[in-house]
Amino acid sequence: MSQPSISKSMTIGESGLAVVFAVTAFLCVVAAAKALDAPFAFHASLSAAASIAAVFVILNRYFERPAALPPAEINGRPNYNMGPIKFSAFMSMFWGIAGFLVGLIIASQLAWPALNFDLPWTSFGRLRPLHTSAVIFAFGGNVLIASSFYVVQKSCRVRLAGELAPWFVVVGYNFFILVAGTGYLLGVTQSKEYAEPEWYADLWLTIVWVVYLLVFLITVIKRKEPHIFVANWFYLAFIVTIAVLHLGNNPALPVSVFGSKSYVAWAGVQDAMFQWWYGHNAVGFFLTAGFLAIMYYFIPKRAERPVYSYRLSIIHFWSLIFLYIWAGPHHLHYTALPDWTQTLGMTFSVMLWMPSWGGMINGLMTLSGAWDKLRTDPVLRMLVVSVAFYGMSTFEGPMMSIKVVNSLSHYTDWTIGHVHSGALGWVGFVSFGALYCLVPWAWNRKGLYSLKLVNWHFWIATLGIVLYISAMWVSGILQGLMWRAYTSLGFLEYSFIETVEAMHPFYVIRAAGGGLFLIGALIMAYNLWMTVRVGEAEVQMPVALQPAE
Amino acid sequence: MKAILTVHNFASDLVTTIWTPVFVAIFLAIVAYAFWPRNKAAFDEAARLPLREE
Repeated sequence: MSQPSISKSMTIGESGLAVVFAVTAFLCVVAAAKALDAPFAFHASLSAAASIAAVFVILNRYFERPAALPPAEINGRPNYNMGPIKFSAFMSMFWGIAGFLVGLIIASQLAWPALNFDLPWTSFGRLRPLHTSAVIFAFGGNVLIASSFYVVQKSCRVRLAGELAPWFVVVGYNFFILVAGTGYLLGVTQSKEYAEPEWYADLWLTIVWVVYLLVFLITVIKRKEPHIFVANWFYLAFIVTIAVLHLGNNPALPVSVFGSKSYVAWAGVQDAMFQWWYGHNAVGFFLTAGFLAIMYYFIPKRAERPVYSYRLSIIHFWSLIFLYIWAGPHHLHYTALPDWTQTLGMTFSVMLWMPSWGGMINGLMTLSGAWDKLRTDPVLRMLVVSVAFYGMSTFEGPMMSIKVVNSLSHYTDWTIGHVHSGALGWVGFVSFGALYCLVPWAWNRKGLYSLKLVNWHFWIATLGIVLYISAMWVSGILQGLMWRAYTSLGFLEYSFIETVEAMHPFYVIRAAGGGLFLIGALIMAYNLWMTVRVGEAEVQMPVALQPAE
Repeated sequence: MKAILTVHNFASDLVTTIWTPVFVAIFLAIVAYAFWPRNKAAFDEAARLPLREE
């Protein structure tokens, strides 16, 4: 296969990265020795070990590989790079189960507080960010990275840019998750919602994310397909905006470069405004734009129908881009934030309803002419139901951002219910649908191990979602009404603990719903595992038989 | 001094306000691009892109 005339030598990337990791390992050992607190010493040691492992893997990979690098094309067809996609797909399933499990644990803690075992590491305050980060950034993030690397290659008809760079992105990103997650358990946090990781984890993520952007962008630039497909626009908006948000919200001054604690650069209402500018645009560009990219590629592909209206997809994209950025202040209604800013946030949130439903219509109507497939293909059903949940939660969100509605809903479980109809129904189901498609494609299998198991997953998870969100709606509205109930003498009718007591049955129902969702994910993991292990190989596509590692 | 401040305020108001019409104009241009009759064939082709790969 390899031509003997080529003499084997290390690429600049291989030698450069090996040197960088060797230096990093040394610096991390020094940092571990001089560490001011135990969690920092742990993370420095972990980073040192990971850096040494990286040097070993890079050198080993070099000695194992043939002299010539994998070709960009084989027999005139692109030699797609599936290795990093497989890694990310596997990690997403792993983190998904971990994240759902931690969610079930904290849901149970709310129903039965003794389950925190009175230990700092298992207290609600530490496990809650572990749950949110595990499901959003670890599960969702890996699904986005895996699917974006797949979609950009296929729709640009070109091999992914770089050889080590895509691996650096997927492994580096998961190492960030590891540092962030173990940090939460050890009490390391910036206390900014969805931006809890401390300064050193943030710096590492910045490096990884810039490489991610470059890999994606260079692949798009190298494309053989003249047109940039709409899914790539959404992926690019997701990658660029997350970079901007991450840099905008995280400027902080470490107390010492050898300690984990840092202080945010600005305080008070400016910090709150920045935090929710970040927080809501993370919803808009991580949990929405990224997964809309999945919708625009995987639903047409699975339904074997073109995108319903490409014009609508262009307008959908740009109106989301122009409107999302000012929606954040609706998280700060009736706070110290200036009133006009709150009203502006509300206005933009209500306006967002239009592009959201435009996108939903585009996703659903892509099935026109193929509706019958919903009966026979549970994977497509999962994708379509996810879009229906997208429509539902993007109607509920603007409604809750209206100040009068918010005065009832804010700080209650209604918010939790809203978030989970979006997170479980939209992001969860569209991710499951994408993984059910992606795993057979990336591992070159004819199909899934069992569609029957997908069907079970679909119904068990749907039942779980319904239990979860209906329990939280009832609980939230009850809570909000109890908080604002007055007696005839003008006193508050209920003490706070009475409202907490009233929540108990709904917390039990919510935990049951979360348990069902977890069971569905376990069924899925088994199904995907068996697809890879015993699934029949697809034979028509000789190109894909040579995944370049 | 007062005159300078007035000019400064005017300029800063202009700079912070100008974005609204600029963004509206850009958005309208995008809408026009999306609905331009001559682009229809290219968009119909692009809508099929996921179906005609490999």
